[in-house]
Amino acid sequence: MTAKSRGRFRTLPLHVVLIVVGAVMAAPLLYAVLSGFKSTDQLSDNPVGLPGPWEVSNYTGILGSGSFWRLVGNSTLIAVATTVLVVAVSALAAFSFARFAFRGREALFTLFTMGLMFPFAVAALPLFLLLRSMGLLDNPLGVILPQAAFGLPMTIIILRGFFREIPGELEEAATLDGCGPFGFFWRVLLPMARPALGTVSVLAVVTSWNNFFLPLLVFTDSTWWTIPIGVQQFQGQYSADTARVFAYLVLAMVPALAFYSVAERQLVGGLTAGATKG
Amino acid sequence: MTSTFLPDRRTGPGTAPPPPPAGAARARTRRRVTHWLTAVGFQLPALVLFLVLVVLPILFALYAAFFRWGGFGMPSDYVGTENFTRLFDDPVFLGDLWRCLLLVVLSLALQLPFALAMAVLLNQRMRGRAVYRMLFFAPYVLSEAITGVLFGMIFAPGDGLADRVLGGVGLDGLGGEWFADPSMVMATLFLVMTWKYFGFHMMLYLAGLQSIPRELTEAALIDGAGPWQRFRNVTLPLLAPTLRISVFLSVIGAIQLFDLVWVVTQGGPDHHSETMAVTMFQFGFKRYQVGYASAISVVMFGISLVFALAYQRFVLRRDLQGATTTMRGDGK
Repeated sequence: MTAKSRGRFRTLPLHVVLIVVGAVMAAPLLYAVLSGFKSTDQLSDNPVGLPGPWEVSNYTGILGSGSFWRLVGNSTLIAVATTVLVVAVSALAAFSFARFAFRGREALFTLFTMGLMFPFAVAALPLFLLLRSMGLLDNPLGVILPQAAFGLPMTIIILRGFFREIPGELEEAATLDGCGPFGFFWRVLLPMARPALGTVSVLAVVTSWNNFFLPLLVFTDSTWWTIPIGVQQFQGQYSADTARVFAYLVLAMVPALAFYSVAERQLVGGLTAGATKG
Repeated sequence: MTSTFLPDRRTGPGTAPPPPPAGAARARTRRRVTHWLTAVGFQLPALVLFLVLVVLPILFALYAAFFRWGGFGMPSDYVGTENFTRLFDDPVFLGDLWRCLLLVVLSLALQLPFALAMAVLLNQRMRGRAVYRMLFFAPYVLSEAITGVLFGMIFAPGDGLADRVLGGVGLDGLGGEWFADPSMVMATLFLVMTWKYFGFHMMLYLAGLQSIPRELTEAALIDGAGPWQRFRNVTLPLLAPTLRISVFLSVIGAIQLFDLVWVVTQGGPDHHSETMAVTMFQFGFKRYQVGYASAISVVMFGISLVFALAYQRFVLRRDLQGATTTMRGDGK
């Protein structure tokens, strides 16, 4: 209908808008990366430009210290354990919600979905008291178990939706072949649900990785600190050495951003599915 | 007639064995019970985890809110509703409520429309679309703690990036103390929140936009509707369910805001950026007024509950009747 060149002209202002917004979005991240390559003196003389010379000592110093890797290890362990637990337990529950008709099902499901409406902060204080009385402070389980518990509603809702779409004929066929409910769940449903399991796992990993409030409450000494806590502590400790804090921030961002670039599809798919199905 | 069944009844295991039809019914009942136990058995691990670590703490907060209690032993000094009356006399807490409302209004008036505009832009076929999408969403995957520390340094008064850039282009007047200035701290916080969260809402909208059948906008085009009319009368109504969810998540987010504030300002300067969760944390974990802090938890719980129920009743309900989304399944 219209000439191609006219279409291209029309989109020019749109590109300008996007470039400006993109620059504002990227600037803080780029600034942090570049600042990490400066010495703190250099940073205060030349805050905006490229580093000259490029100092790598901030980055190498942090990467060479065991404490940073310890945080990475702690965050990884806690994220993996949380994810395994929440996905396993939710898959069982979602299977029951999706494939069984039983008395009390809707009430139970409503109970879980109510969990979506309540911010974690509401339960933080009594949860802390509970964990203290269970002796779970300064114990990774003190973070893993509550994270899994608060992850249940979203995970169950997403998985239930997926399990429902698997045709009933498959279940009948499996039953005829002598599969019990658990056999069907384990040998048929779970292998088929791999994409959905991937989605909820990615969500759980990211949520756990970024959690700040709960580790802040539970870990009073540094043994089990995770990355977000480590970042806050590092800034408190080296606040005068700005360039080094920037380097630390950048290194702390790398795992999350790398994970995001690998698992973008699952993450976005999970978040949008969770939001529209909740 | 009856006598022939009597011996049978007496020798039956446990209770009397019923006549054949009743026996079938019993077998059916037993099967139903087994079925129920199996179904609930699958629920059990999730249920235990959820009841112990989510429901129980919330219920306990409801209880502890009626006591003066330092957090050790069991609460025993019952004070009735004193914690609540004190709460609603506390200028800091009233300020928390006001700031929560402020963030909600700012988000609805600025952040979400901005996210929508970006989603509409990026829903078009154009070069670099995937890169922009990825870049705009990236801050969402960063920890609030990292974001907070980063922007604390960017908005450092005088020598942070923000002031340097504004100074460099001759706009010194726009710079300032940012997080350290009571009158600027909420605006700065909102700026950071927009940087961090708008990409998430944009992604929701993009998913919603992609589920709108192209035929509908094309039909409107053929009918002679301009771009704005197409957006206003076709796209927007069909996007409404997504918008409602996004508003809901935004409000819940404002109610529970903690990490970002705690890392950057701890609620300061002089409580000017304090949120309900921060106040709760201060009293519960720093001053050991656990009963009072529990009352704050309860109010947060109440606000979330009332908001969620009202929203579900008056706003989300329409979606269940709508044909464009599959909301909470078909219920029953």
